[in-house]
Amino acid sequence: QESQASGLPEYIKIVEVGPRDGLQNEKVIVPTDIKIELINQLSKTGLSAIEVTSFVSSKWVPQMADHKEVMRGIERHPGVRYPVLTPNLQGFHSAIAAGATEVSVFGAASESFSKMNINCSIEESIEKFEEVAKSAKNMNIPVRGYVSCALGCPYEGNIIPAKVAEVSKRLYSMGCYEISLGDTIGVGTPGSMKRMLEAVMKEIPLSALAVHCHDTYGQALANILTAIQMGVAVVDSSVAGLGGCPYAKGATGNVATEDVIYMLNGLGINTGVNLYAVMEAGNFICTALNKKTNSKVAQASFNIGTI
Amino acid sequence: VAAGVFPHRVKVVEVGPRDGLQNEKNIVPTPVKISLINMLSETGLQVIEATSFVSPKWVPQMADHTEVMQGINKLPGISYPVLTPNLKGFQAAVAAGAKEVSIFGAASELFTRKNINCSIEESLERFSEVMSAARAASIPVRGYVSCVLGCPYEGRISAAKVAEVSKKMYSMGCYEISLGDTIGIGTPGSMKEMLTAVMKEVPVGALAVHCHDTYGQALANILVALQMGVSVVDASVAGLGGCPYAQGASGNVATEDLVYMLNGLGIHTGVDLQKLMDTGTFICNALNRRTNSKVSQASCRL
Repeated sequence: QESQASGLPEYIKIVEVGPRDGLQNEKVIVPTDIKIELINQLSKTGLSAIEVTSFVSSKWVPQMADHKEVMRGIERHPGVRYPVLTPNLQGFHSAIAAGATEVSVFGAASESFSKMNINCSIEESIEKFEEVAKSAKNMNIPVRGYVSCALGCPYEGNIIPAKVAEVSKRLYSMGCYEISLGDTIGVGTPGSMKRMLEAVMKEIPLSALAVHCHDTYGQALANILTAIQMGVAVVDSSVAGLGGCPYAKGATGNVATEDVIYMLNGLGINTGVNLYAVMEAGNFICTALNKKTNSKVAQASFNIGTI
Repeated sequence: VAAGVFPHRVKVVEVGPRDGLQNEKNIVPTPVKISLINMLSETGLQVIEATSFVSPKWVPQMADHTEVMQGINKLPGISYPVLTPNLKGFQAAVAAGAKEVSIFGAASELFTRKNINCSIEESLERFSEVMSAARAASIPVRGYVSCVLGCPYEGRISAAKVAEVSKKMYSMGCYEISLGDTIGIGTPGSMKEMLTAVMKEVPVGALAVHCHDTYGQALANILVALQMGVSVVDASVAGLGGCPYAQGASGNVATEDLVYMLNGLGIHTGVDLQKLMDTGTFICNALNRRTNSKVSQASCRL
């Protein structure tokens, strides 16, 4: 009721990207059984979407080399979806063979980023994704589309909202059911988030939009708040804020799922996710990685002394 | 709440040298405090809370209040308020050259009892002595209200109570009321509810928010406050000052991260972010600690 009165969505779907986006950007290679245990714990928190791995060449992303074993090894809980990244048709077939039932493709709003990241132009990458989308459609496999550098690029700097809208539209038209707009280097602020969403919302229905904010400059929650004030109802995040920024040494990357849930709970928005269960999963993976959590909620909660 | 309507300018009140350092474990030498304040004075900040005229028995970090007050460069156009918990502190502050003071109330009885060993009502009586003296000396007084979004002892705090205490302090003559989320547990929802109540009693132009980032909510809470017309925001360079109620957790929101957000919103602050970051680097080196500012941590240059 509280959220309705304020014009915010009543329910927000959280897409947990820790096991993929998070671990992919952690230096330490995580053993397969730890990855599987993390995902199994996350499956019990109420999360309805957990991105589990990436079917990309292990040459490029050694952390994701065990993609088949992870896919086959995890518990599949009813009501939970387990998307995987598939950069091309080969990866797609491999994913399906390993039991994947949903896939994601990654576009970018920046030519330079596209070239540096996947060694081809935006147009060429779209062609590859179209192949994936076609095969996926034939097999009734849903495809989620990501647009990187939606609020800025480490190479090009400023990215114009119209370009983000254009790439989003291409992905949506080819059949992606949802477009996740990524502030890849976390440079966005509520101002640039608003301008970008206004442009994208002209091309894509609100219900098909998600935001994927990085907290590299501490702006993630403010940016997410802006997005949900505009009606966006899907938010990506990473348990314990796993995953640093590969473009800014030592800086943080993904926003912590715990901190997002804390904010949404405070706004009276339903997520279906148990914050304490997520904190426990976060504690598990941080212990395994021998690192401190990036979640402020987790830091504060584990350290409250008796008063 | 419209996502797009913001004030054109925001006054940033820098509390690092007082609220920040007060909650840092290491005692900072006087010359370092003075250098910190002098560097902050070069960044474009208009208000820098310099120290606290409280007994060194209670707050050893602020024992050098007189030397700090007398040692800093006082640049024209910049205000250097100091905390004065009572008349004695006020008199010492004025003798040391202070031209503006702050008093600290709370929206929680238990917090007041634990913090300064009296009730809210009794604390306001003490403050009225300070107010009379300040009025006589033409010294402006800023009022703080702690625990506005929750209390470490009482838990939930009613918005009506915050409004009541704010109104009393404003009526006593405080020119500005800074509403503090002392333990950082607030969210945009509770911030909005609290401000709605307070704005019925105190004009929005006289309100400031003082958000702690203990649960990572500070910038989102500040964003909502700005959307409601608040145009004064407290922050601490490098996010100095942990939370005394949650060991190891962070406290104040970092001035750098705040200014980055305001810049991105096209809101004028007059603050030079690079100079601010350099100041943060200075004090973190002196304290031998990492910055709490994410903007500072990120080495990405666009």
